[in-house]
Amino acid sequence: MNRLIPLAGLALTALLTASVAVAQMDPLAAAVKARQSHMQLYQFNVMALGGMAQGAVAFDAAAAQTAADNLVALTSINQMAYWLPGTEAGAIEGTRAKPELWSNFDMAIVGALGEAALAMQAAAGTLEGVQGAMGALGGACGACHEAYRVAN
Amino acid sequence: MVRLLRWLVLLGAVGAGAAWFLTAPDDVNAAVYAELTGDAGRGALVFAAAGCASCHTAPDSAPADPPVLAGGQRFVTAFGTFLAPNISPDVAGIGDWTDAEVIRAVTRGVGRDGAHLFPALPYDAYGHAAPQDMVDLVAYLRALPADPTASLDHEVGFPFNIRRAVGGWKLLFRGDDFVVQGELTPAQERGRYLAEALAHCGECHTPRNALGGLDRSQWLAGGPNPDGEGTIPNITPGALTWSEVQIVEYLTSGFTPDFDSAGGQMAHVVRNMAQLPADDRAAIAAYLKIVPAIAPPVPE
Repeated sequence: MNRLIPLAGLALTALLTASVAVAQMDPLAAAVKARQSHMQLYQFNVMALGGMAQGAVAFDAAAAQTAADNLVALTSINQMAYWLPGTEAGAIEGTRAKPELWSNFDMAIVGALGEAALAMQAAAGTLEGVQGAMGALGGACGACHEAYRVAN
Repeated sequence: MVRLLRWLVLLGAVGAGAAWFLTAPDDVNAAVYAELTGDAGRGALVFAAAGCASCHTAPDSAPADPPVLAGGQRFVTAFGTFLAPNISPDVAGIGDWTDAEVIRAVTRGVGRDGAHLFPALPYDAYGHAAPQDMVDLVAYLRALPADPTASLDHEVGFPFNIRRAVGGWKLLFRGDDFVVQGELTPAQERGRYLAEALAHCGECHTPRNALGGLDRSQWLAGGPNPDGEGTIPNITPGALTWSEVQIVEYLTSGFTPDFDSAGGQMAHVVRNMAQLPADDRAAIAAYLKIVPAIAPPVPE
């Protein structure tokens, strides 16, 4: 029994160390992963709308409204914690975010995306509405990618 | 021996004379343009299709409506650094140029002083532009805001700074006709005009030889980005598998088929193309489907 106590203590210490390591593992990589997940959610919902706009998928007003509502919800999330200093291209693997995003960010880009999402939300009831709102939405996505994403 | 020498000297003189003649800056047929009246409203669409603002607005300036064509953007190439000039209606720009002088610069690559312009200005493509489109464009340019910023000199070293040599470049590399030939539908023909002339897609999407001439046998087949960042994609049917609907979407909203969005230079292009009538974007898509397919190189 006496011999087991130190062993248990050792195991407990190892376990604690491991869990602390998990909690603190690479916060920068976690931030990159989080913002890329956010982008994927934009993409998923825009794809639903775009497929209908292009006629690849039959128009479904309820599905369009859901996707547009999701976009509005996504644009209202505060992303500041995703964009940690030290997570630009060149400083960390797997990102195309340009350093200018930290040194010279134009907040108007965020406002334009929010407006485009609201316009899509208001227009999502009809196919013509969705088709008409795609351009501004694409323009808002593209404005940020143009300025702050390294080309392929 | 003396006779042979005399002949050689004569031949040399004739050759030099011919070279001098062949590399001379040419002119536009002013009579063709004199009969036409420009419409600034239609010119705005020509301006968008030709992408003038992408290069001639001030560096890092936000998109403005109407655009201010103050110049100053730098284009770093293997031949030197070219600086886009002021083409606003101020005297620092084209304010005291005649219409014919502006059109000669745009379509023939000849400056106001009669010297060759460097082909950083895609006059090879614009040379195929319709005369009416050119007078409309000039009318639009003259209605834009004037800006007094002085144009800066190009930073081009010897031998590329010999303007006369640009005449030789033109002789060797300028295309006399559209690249895509054959029976075309009206939409394909319109698309060819937009893509090959005004929108000058080939300037980036077609690879160049060592002297900067376009390799038309590889028309729109892509290659390394002359700006150094990444590669320019092959947009022939050999590599671009997007449907016409998907191409139109890309040129309208910038969304790719997987709903990523255009970045870099193409974001400018999309913004310009989005201003055109929907039929024009459909025409470009129709044209891209009939460009000779060039397969991407097999990875080694």
